[in-house]
This record gives sequence, structure tokens and C-alpha cells, in this order.
Amino acid sequence: MKEILAEEIISAVENLCIEANYNLGSDIMTGFNQALKDERSPLGREVLERLIENAEIAKEERVPMCQDTGMAVLFVSIGQDLHVVGGGLTEAINEGVRRGYDKGYLRKSVVKDPFERVNTGDNTPAVIHYDIVPGDELHLIVAPKGFGSENMGGLKMCKPSEGLEGAMQFVVDTVDRAGGNPCPPIIVGVGVGGTMEKATFLAKKGLLREVGIHNPEERLANIEKELLDRVNRLGIGPQGFGGVTTALAVNLEVYPTHIAGMPVAVNIGCHATRHKEITLQGRACQ
Amino acid sequence: MNEIIRIETPLTQEKLKSLKVGDNVLISGVIYTGRDAAHKKMVEALEGGEDLPFVMKDQIIYFVGPTPAKEGQVIGSAGPTTSGRMDAYSPKLIARGLTGMIGKGLRSPDVIEAMKKHGAVYFGAIGGAGALIAKRIVSAEVIAYPELGPEAVRRLVVKDFPVMVIIDYEGNNLYEIGKAQYRRV
Repeated sequence: MKEILAEEIISAVENLCIEANYNLGSDIMTGFNQALKDERSPLGREVLERLIENAEIAKEERVPMCQDTGMAVLFVSIGQDLHVVGGGLTEAINEGVRRGYDKGYLRKSVVKDPFERVNTGDNTPAVIHYDIVPGDELHLIVAPKGFGSENMGGLKMCKPSEGLEGAMQFVVDTVDRAGGNPCPPIIVGVGVGGTMEKATFLAKKGLLREVGIHNPEERLANIEKELLDRVNRLGIGPQGFGGVTTALAVNLEVYPTHIAGMPVAVNIGCHATRHKEITLQGRACQ
Repeated sequence: MNEIIRIETPLTQEKLKSLKVGDNVLISGVIYTGRDAAHKKMVEALEGGEDLPFVMKDQIIYFVGPTPAKEGQVIGSAGPTTSGRMDAYSPKLIARGLTGMIGKGLRSPDVIEAMKKHGAVYFGAIGGAGALIAKRIVSAEVIAYPELGPEAVRRLVVKDFPVMVIIDYEGNNLYEIGKAQYRRV
């Protein structure tokens, strides 16, 4: 058994919120540069150049790349032999979000009640997904999610008879309907299988994977490649102004499902799909 | 690439009728910010016969909710938000004389009809380029609904603020034209 101080978790989350919003991942920058070579639309290339410039300014001047600094989504894997001391884990995470959004001059975009819509003023609460794993470490991923893209996702409880083609068509149709709204070039997270909520979780998880890395299973990697080709044939292009770069990646995650169903979820990430992570080590119990 | 057109606000009918879909435009002068909650309040004010935070005639609204300004900054990151959420409100403001909107993403047929009927232009700024766009904002001042925080109505002075004509006053739509040109399905 090891232990970790709540204060250490607070400080790690604070830092991850800020870094995620200031520093775009190098995988997406590489994606932009590749797209710049492939894009045929002059307007599309112009947009890509501006996006690269924007990400560079954000990094150098330490300002948010986008004003929608998102709702903080966390993926937390806690070792079953690790004990949090000096406060609760969920409270520590929310305190980290509160401090990060304050100190980093990030926008507070969370309303307390979906109907009454009064801003909580500190961007809490976060949406936190916990996983309990073997070991004595704490792994944290902070993925601030903007809602221009979040609003364009979708879920379809497909019939098994619709098969792979039905699932793929739903993905392509969802991207087509989204058009320029989610700030293309986008990252498309696709979750297939499980139950309704498992599929949407997998789709979100797909957005955490680096651009350019395919699903390790070849069969699924091939589906990703076909889907990427099909969404890029839609013509939406950077910012929806027309072009061949609508998405930089399609990341597919699957899970066993029920004999009667095939849930298909699509979670769209904008060109500023942000995520930063850290592993914290426990120390010997005092 | 079309040549760059410079315009000064206010955006009169004469000026907006010279703008065509796909034009690259640099806007200078005063524009106003407003997004979801501010639009709801403005339309409620209109329906209640109250004054709006500014006179709509020939003005431009930028759909944005900036991040807080750091010390030494005029405004934080300030890119456009998705315009579609303002579709329920925009026609009423266009009917009151609003001539320009800056945002990103698709608009409804009702908005486009109002733009054609009364004469208005829908401009697109680059979504997600908030750090870059903020550099073209010279001053910012909250003029209404401060309780809305990032959603408050601000009066901005901008210099060479880069936008593109997405939908012109005749209803020509870059999202349709651009997509059709590169679509292969």
C-alpha cells in the first residue's frame, strides 16, 4: 500500500488544465503540416496556415489557443494499492480545475443547472471517469472539451443487421451534418459496442489517441482508414469553406455487445482537441 | 484567392451590397459582442418594449465569449462561437437593422431569409483561432449584462479584423459552394 497527498493531485490537475489549453499536441501540428501539403483548396490551405500560426502564438505567449477552454473532462486511473490522504479524490480534482481555470485565465464555461443556466464561476464540476487498476500509481488525463464540436456528436442504436456498413454510414452522415460547426479539420472518435453509455464513452476515449496512431488491431485500423477517406470526400474542408481536409483522424474503439444490438457513437473533436496527462507515484505510507 | 477588401463600420446597406460570398474582408471600427444568453436577453428586451444595449441599425455583432484578459491584454482569446445557436434570435435583430454577424458554422433558412429581406451579411472568422484573432482587437468594454461574465455584451474596437463573407445579402452561401466544389461522394 502507498499513499498520495490530495494537494499533489490538486497541483497536477491545475497544471494539466493550463498546459492543455496553451500547448496544442505535436501530433495535431504534424497533422496540420501534412494537411497543408494535401489540401487542394487555396482557402483551405490559408485556414490551415492560420491555425498553425494560432497554435504557435498560444504556446509562445502562454494564452489559450481557443476561447472555448472547455468543460474539463478527466480520465483517472487509480491503482488499487494507492490511498489518497488529506482530502477526497473527487474534491481534489475539482479544486485543481478551479485553480487551473483561475490562474490560467481560462474561460469559465460551466452552468450549474442545464435548465436554469447560472454559471458556476469556476468551471467546476469536472466530468470525471474513474478506472481502478492494479498497482500503486495515479494516472490523470485532462481533456478540456469545447462544445462547438461536442454539440455535433451523435449516437445510433443500430440494428445488428445494419452491419459494418450501417455503422460507417452513420459516422459519415454525422460528420456531414456537422459541416463547419465543429471547427474542422476535426478528430472523429467512434465507439461501437457495449451499451448506450459505453459506446459514447469509447467515442470520447477515441479522441485521446494521438493523430496518426491507428487502432492496434489491423482489421479496425483498416476501418479507420476507410472512414477517414470517406469523411474527407465530403468536401467540407478546413472551417467548412470547402476542401479535402475535413478530418485529421478517425479513431475507432470497440467493445463486446449484446446479441440484439450495435450501439454506434460519434464524438467529434475540433482542431484544438486537447489532452495532457501525467502519472503520479505514491510514496510509502507514513 | 480573392483580393482583400477593407471596410469601416458602421456597415451601411451600400457597403454590404458591395460584398460577395467568398470575399476576404478586414473590418475596422466598432463591433459588438453577444452570444447565447445575451441574445436571449436582447430579444426578451425587444419583446418587452425595452431598450437594447446598443442601437442595432448598421451594426455588426460578433458571436464570441472571450477568455479573461491577462495583465497587459485588451482581451483574452476571442475566436467565434457556433452561430447556429443564435438562429432563433438573429432574425429579430436583423429586422431591427443589424447588418452584420460574425461567427462560424451553418445558419438556418429563417436567418438567411431575414438577411435577404432586410439586407445583412454573415461573416465567418476562423473558429478556434482565438489567440490570433485577439491581436486585432484594440479595445474592449462591457456595456451590458455584466452578470453574464464571458457572455456579457462588449463594445469592441477592431483594426483589420479578418473575416470572410460566408453568406452575402443575396443568400449565396460559401458552405454550400465550397463543399460542392470538393465533394466526391
